[in-house]
Amino acid sequence: MKHKISLSLFIMLSAMSSAQATTVSVAVAANFSAPMKDIAQEFEKETGHHLTLTFGSSGKLFAQIKNGAPYQVFLCADDKKPGKLENEGLSVPGSEFTYALGTLVLWSANPDFIDDNGEVLKQKQFIHLAIANPALAPYGVAAIETMQKLKVLDNLRSTFVQGENVAQTYQFVATGNAPLGFVALSQVFQAGKLTQGSAWIVPAELHKPIRQNAVLLSKGKDNKAAETLLAYLKSNKATAIIKSYGYKL
Amino acid sequence: MFNEANTVAIILTLKLALIVTALLLVIATPIAWWLARTPSKLKAVIGAIVALPIVLPPSVLGFYLLLAMGPNGPVGQLTESLGIGLLPFTFSGLVIASIFYSLPFVVQPIQNAFEAIGEQPLETAATLRAGPWDRFFTVAVPLAMPGFFTGTVLGFTHTVGEFGVVLMIGGNIPGVTRVVSVQIYDYVEALEYADAHQLAATMVIFSFIVLLLLYTLNPNKRNET
Repeated sequence: MKHKISLSLFIMLSAMSSAQATTVSVAVAANFSAPMKDIAQEFEKETGHHLTLTFGSSGKLFAQIKNGAPYQVFLCADDKKPGKLENEGLSVPGSEFTYALGTLVLWSANPDFIDDNGEVLKQKQFIHLAIANPALAPYGVAAIETMQKLKVLDNLRSTFVQGENVAQTYQFVATGNAPLGFVALSQVFQAGKLTQGSAWIVPAELHKPIRQNAVLLSKGKDNKAAETLLAYLKSNKATAIIKSYGYKL
Repeated sequence: MFNEANTVAIILTLKLALIVTALLLVIATPIAWWLARTPSKLKAVIGAIVALPIVLPPSVLGFYLLLAMGPNGPVGQLTESLGIGLLPFTFSGLVIASIFYSLPFVVQPIQNAFEAIGEQPLETAATLRAGPWDRFFTVAVPLAMPGFFTGTVLGFTHTVGEFGVVLMIGGNIPGVTRVVSVQIYDYVEALEYADAHQLAATMVIFSFIVLLLLYTLNPNKRNET
C-alpha cells in the first residue's frame, strides 16, 4: 500500500516538473487581480505558456516568498518589498521595474453619494468609511495621506473600518455595509469608465505615488516563461490593458 | 506584560466570548432538548442546519452574514427598520455572528447528554407527579450537567478562537471588533513577528489549560459506562 502511494506520488511529481518549463507561478497584489486575469488570458493565448495566479495582500505574499513559497514572479502593490527581497537574495538583481502606478478612488456603490470634488469627506454624513489597513496596504497609506492633506483625518478617524487589503475594502463598500471607502480605481473602473456607483478620483498630488513594482524571484531565475511574462508586461498590449483599468504608467 | 493595543484586544475577546457563551446556553438548551426527544421527521433537517458551521469554512459564513446583514440583506433591512442600524462593524454584529458560528459546539454536547439520560428517570419523576418543567429542571438538567459543562467550555473557547467570520464582518476597529485573533493576523501580515508571538503563545497556553481542565474535570463518559 505504502509503495503504491509513493509510486503515484512520484509519477505526479515528475509530471509536474516536466510541465514546469512552460508554467509560471505568479504572486499578484490584490488590487491588480482584474487586469492580471485579462493579461494572463492574452499571454497564454500568444505564448502557449501557462500562468498560475495567486492573489493576496502584498504583505502576505511577501511573507510567503520569504518562507519559501514557490512563486516565480511577484507583482507587488508597492516599491519597497521587491527591494527587500533583493537584499535577502530572494529575487534576481536588476529585474525590478514599475508595471503600474496605482490610482486611489473614493467610491460608493450608491450612484448619488459622492460628488466630483470629494466634499462628502468634509460633510461627514456617514457612519463608516472603509479603508485598507494602512499598516499593510499601500492604498491604505495613500488614503491616510489624502485625508491628512485635506485636513479631515482626525475628524474622520472614528468612522474607519479597515479591510485587510484593498479587495476586502471593496467588499465592505460593494455590499453597502460601508457607504463609501477608498479603493483602487482598477476595482471599479473598466474600459475607461466607472462600472457602478459614484466616485471621486483622488488627484495624484494628494498622496505619494503608488508605485507598483514587479520582480523576478530567484525561483524563476532560469524559467524562460517567467522572463517572457515580465517582458510581456511592458508590451503595448499589456500596458493598454493596464491603462484601461485606470492605472497610469 | 502586554502593550495597550493587546490588552484592549484581550479584554474585548473575553467580553465577546462571555456574552456569546451566556446567550448560547439559553438558545442551545431548548434546541438540544428538542433534538434529543423529538420523534419529528424535521429532526434531521434542524440537526443538519445546527451542524452547518462545523463543516462550512468561516469565509462562507462570514460572506453570507455580510450580505444578510447589509442594507440589501433581510437581516439588515430588519435591523434598519427597527432603528438599530446595520450590524457589520459593530460589537452586537460580532455577538450574533459568533452565536451562529459556535452554536453546534454547545448544542451537540448538551443534546448527547440529554439523549443519554433515557426515558426512565423522567418517567419515574412523572409518576411522582413532577410536572414537565419540574422534570426538566430537577431531573434532566442535573443529569446532563457534564454535557452543559462541555458545551460551555467549547462554546467559550471556540468563540475566543474565532477568526475568519470576524475578519469578514468586523472591519478591524480597536476596542469594538479587533479581537485577539485578528490582532495576531495583523502583526503577522505587517511582519511584526515578536508582537505576534506574544499574543499567539498566550492563545496556545490559554487553550491548552482550558482543554486540560475540561478533560480532567469531566472524565470521558465511556469510562463510566
